[in-house]
Amino acid sequence: MLQKINIDQIAELARLNLKPAERDKLAKDLEGILAYVSQLQELSADKVPPTSHVLPIENVFRKDFAKLSDIREAVLKHAPKCEGKFFKVPKVIEGA
Amino acid sequence: MELYELTLKQAQEFLAKNPNRKDELTKTLADRIKQVDSKLNTYINFDSKHAQKNGDVKGPLSGIPVSIKDNIVTRDWETTCASKILKGFVPPYDATVIRKLREAGAVIFGKCNMDEFAFGSSCETSCFGPTRNPWNLDFVPGGSSGGSAAAVAGRTAIAALGSDTGGSIRQPASFCGVVGLKPTYGRVSRYGLVAFGSSLDQIGPITRTVEDSAILLNVLAGHDEKDSTSANVPVPDYTSFLTKSVKGLKIGLPKEYFVKGLDPEVEKAVKQATSVLQDLGASVTEISLPHMKYAIAVYYVVAVAEASSNLGRFDGVEYGFRHESSNLRDMYFETRNQGFGAEAKRRILLGTFVLSAGYYDAYYLKGLKVRTLIKQDFDQAFQKVALVLGPTAPTPPFRIGEKMSDPLSMYLSDIYTISANLAGVPAMNVPCGFSAAGLPIGMQLTAKPFDEGTIFRAGSAYESATKWHEKVPKL
Repeated sequence: MLQKINIDQIAELARLNLKPAERDKLAKDLEGILAYVSQLQELSADKVPPTSHVLPIENVFRKDFAKLSDIREAVLKHAPKCEGKFFKVPKVIEGA
Repeated sequence: MELYELTLKQAQEFLAKNPNRKDELTKTLADRIKQVDSKLNTYINFDSKHAQKNGDVKGPLSGIPVSIKDNIVTRDWETTCASKILKGFVPPYDATVIRKLREAGAVIFGKCNMDEFAFGSSCETSCFGPTRNPWNLDFVPGGSSGGSAAAVAGRTAIAALGSDTGGSIRQPASFCGVVGLKPTYGRVSRYGLVAFGSSLDQIGPITRTVEDSAILLNVLAGHDEKDSTSANVPVPDYTSFLTKSVKGLKIGLPKEYFVKGLDPEVEKAVKQATSVLQDLGASVTEISLPHMKYAIAVYYVVAVAEASSNLGRFDGVEYGFRHESSNLRDMYFETRNQGFGAEAKRRILLGTFVLSAGYYDAYYLKGLKVRTLIKQDFDQAFQKVALVLGPTAPTPPFRIGEKMSDPLSMYLSDIYTISANLAGVPAMNVPCGFSAAGLPIGMQLTAKPFDEGTIFRAGSAYESATKWHEKVPKL
């Protein structure tokens, strides 16, 4: 089974600009890998439950209490750009 | 014998007798790195000022240097995942395994090279250049924990930590002729391991002997409230299994492992290793893992889906590299374009595709269903046998550059290791010979969940009966 993919649409979803030189190669690679993966279609597994996790795990809860932390300074120290106690990014709302 | 040649166990004994020579041990190793690492490239980041800290804590690893794959975060010490996108990232906290090593007295020694974000089987996708195999510099050390494995083999580390999502500890251990253990999923905390495939990732030891592996796992294993997927299962003393005989131990050889595609030299070495265990009293039977052949297909759906989601956090906002732009969209898209290497992009795109509307059921959901079948194969096998034995990798190490242009052929080098991650079971590479060209060959021992003890038992018995682990690459 040959799965055609729309590389530009996938790259848009993945928030990834692609260099023109790598775009076609990546599309070809992906189609090759998907052709290999398509061997899964020969198995009938309709009644098999999916495994997203191998351990029988449950959500873990803890008490919600506040404590002091010095993490903010440590985190902001190496941020690409910050101002005061905030990360700084380009304007989020266009035209504002 | 030089101090950098000591095993972890020997280093413990040396420092017990010579407690005032701790600094000498780390210094000799640092000198060794200066001497040979320009050839091997096993370290991304080595700074003796970090190595000097913590030498005075009393514990089982007191004063012993342990090297760390650079996807495990270390407080105040840059952690890169061998990716440009993490340039300048200095973690404000220690991973749980790092905290445990420090509490045991270990010296956190250096950050090892790896495939970018652990995406690769050859250590060639690192943005810091490839690591080379200490047995022959023209060959790859395997990956993704290639820096850790080559460091332990090349005597630029006494012991190291790696991480394993589809074989990233075991395959490089096989290629470098060292011992590498992927513990049971949940056995070791993942807190502070930069996530690749969260349902598959495990941290584990890479060492020169099975005994060293047990000593390190004793320190690493256990429940961690900071990792909700870590298991609350008691931790035995793993070194207690090292002296147990394999008499009566039931070992299964999956018939699906010894098929076309397996290199004849690897097959011969693994069969001979089986005979050694048989001579020591183990009983060997053929078993079947019928869905084994789908493991890679499942992995390249499930692992990439998890990876594409996990790597969404790298957007240039809070840490690492940012492409400056006055436009937010452009900042995101260009940060990721310039920050990620080719293999990272390939996996992010593939993962995004299999999770996207219209393809989710056919790919991702189907992958999860076949994952169940693979897990059931192991459940059934472990009703008959206590240990599954086979090759770790289908071939000896390949040449640098050989598989870089063909991603699928690279992926196939993990054909024997991936199923253990999908099923969550523990598995270890134990060196079991060399090819005619002088490159290492390894066997893989796999046990049921939380039964690392049986792996140590068989691995140690085999190691005591053979001399492979005593061979040293000439550099």
